[in-house]
Amino acid sequence: MYVDRDEFRPLDVDRIRKDFPIFADDSPIAYLDSAASSQTARCVLEAMDGYYRSYRSNIHRGIYRISEEATAAYEDARQKIARFINSRRASQIVFTRNTTESINLVAHSWGNANIDQDDEILLTVMEHHSNLVPWQLLAERTGAKLRFIEVTDEGLLQLDDLDQLLTERTKLVAITHVSNVLGTINPVHEIIAAAHSVCATVLIDAAQSVPHLPVDVQALDCDFLAFSGHKMCGPTGVGVLYGKRDLLEDMPPFLGGGSMIRAVQRERSTYADLPTKFEAGTPAIAEAIGLGQAVDYLEEVGLDAVHAHEQQIIDYAHQKLREIDGISVYGPKPRLKAGVITFNLEGIHPHDLAGVLDTTGVAIRAGHHCAQPLMQHYGVIATARASFYLYNTMEDVNRLHDGLLKAQNLLARRQG
Amino acid sequence: MNIYEEDILDHYENPSNYGKLEEPDISYEEDNPLCGDQIRMDLEVEDGVIKDVRFCGHGCTISQAAASMLTEEVKGQALEDVKQLTKDDILEMLGIPLGPVRLKCGLLALKVLKAGAYGIKGWPGDEDDEEA
Repeated sequence: MYVDRDEFRPLDVDRIRKDFPIFADDSPIAYLDSAASSQTARCVLEAMDGYYRSYRSNIHRGIYRISEEATAAYEDARQKIARFINSRRASQIVFTRNTTESINLVAHSWGNANIDQDDEILLTVMEHHSNLVPWQLLAERTGAKLRFIEVTDEGLLQLDDLDQLLTERTKLVAITHVSNVLGTINPVHEIIAAAHSVCATVLIDAAQSVPHLPVDVQALDCDFLAFSGHKMCGPTGVGVLYGKRDLLEDMPPFLGGGSMIRAVQRERSTYADLPTKFEAGTPAIAEAIGLGQAVDYLEEVGLDAVHAHEQQIIDYAHQKLREIDGISVYGPKPRLKAGVITFNLEGIHPHDLAGVLDTTGVAIRAGHHCAQPLMQHYGVIATARASFYLYNTMEDVNRLHDGLLKAQNLLARRQG
Repeated sequence: MNIYEEDILDHYENPSNYGKLEEPDISYEEDNPLCGDQIRMDLEVEDGVIKDVRFCGHGCTISQAAASMLTEEVKGQALEDVKQLTKDDILEMLGIPLGPVRLKCGLLALKVLKAGAYGIKGWPGDEDDEEA
């Protein structure tokens, strides 16, 4: 069942919470760390369990019924994911371990073949380390130069000087669709068009967008797009790389091994067609099947509805948290961002905030969120971050608010 | 057990031996890049005995309380004896269980002390892993 986009309906959160076993508890956790990893839907667990119990076998090679069944389920998951992000062909969907591995695949395979010392790679200051360090390593290997789009005080990309940053030297633009720290939804469509005007290739880190917003790779016209299963109600251990067919076909393999070959001789081999060329070894079969089920689940709920629900929660969270004395909230206003609120309370280390909140059953993240350059930009060592998803409620926000007051009463007596 | 026990909060709010020594015999400073906790330890040593000690720095409750407790523990002790202090001694001082992330907060002060006094650079407790 798919949601008719014209006929918007709000989420029935009570019903959704019943789809997630972790909330079945009498005093359920207020789970506010979905930007790190979401909870798993029951139907996803059942899909993986079904594979393990009924047709567990390796894919692509077995000449027997359950292997054919496993192969069909694995490839069916690929089809579902292709449809979910509107990829023209399923063969443009490569299963990886996670977003990080997807980006590293591009950095090695495409990067080694296409980047040299006179080239520039354009990133932003708000990148997660997974969309920064692979490019630093590529720059070290090739001598290429990294350049950065700055971030405004409001937490938006500083795009005024994009024309100066994009030159004929720019070979790659690698940017996040949604900031994992600030929640900022970046205008990637415009940036992609600008990058293409100087013939740069564009990779989108969609780890924080594909789970929360409708994403259409053909409408965006991105060259590569990477995301993880575990942030979208799916299991850990499976991620996706989408790529334009011409690019993927021209790229050399990343990892060598079984499956990814056509013919192997003593000294050399020829490689399989897409997407198998990039899937060496036995993949995460159960997890891919689980991710396919997660995609079905999210399509049934409707990503427009998920986004609208998060907007309501984040609106309320902003309003509620701003009542607290000494709070600093980082990032843009709610309507410009996804379901993330990042903050600090004066005089209290974020680890202590997370520690006190934990004693009240509220789970938030504290630290640098794998985005140290962004922390340096704001002149802070760490922040606290609450992130929301389809199963969160206004009551979760109230519990966050009350826990922060408790932390303040307990700890704000000495300046840290 | 709550990690925000009154004893820990007391040490956090009114730390013992907080500050710097004017002419320390040993002074060492380090931070934990994961969370930005930072601690400096100054020691005055006479005839192999820690005559005076000060710490300063910033960070979360656990890191600062552990540093305060550690200075109380080592003041007046032989420098050589302090070498024997372990992860478990710190956990005993704090009197609470710590998860793997907060454990580093708790152990930072001892790490700084051992690095400054003996040039031992690793995290207390990791040496056990190597033996095992």
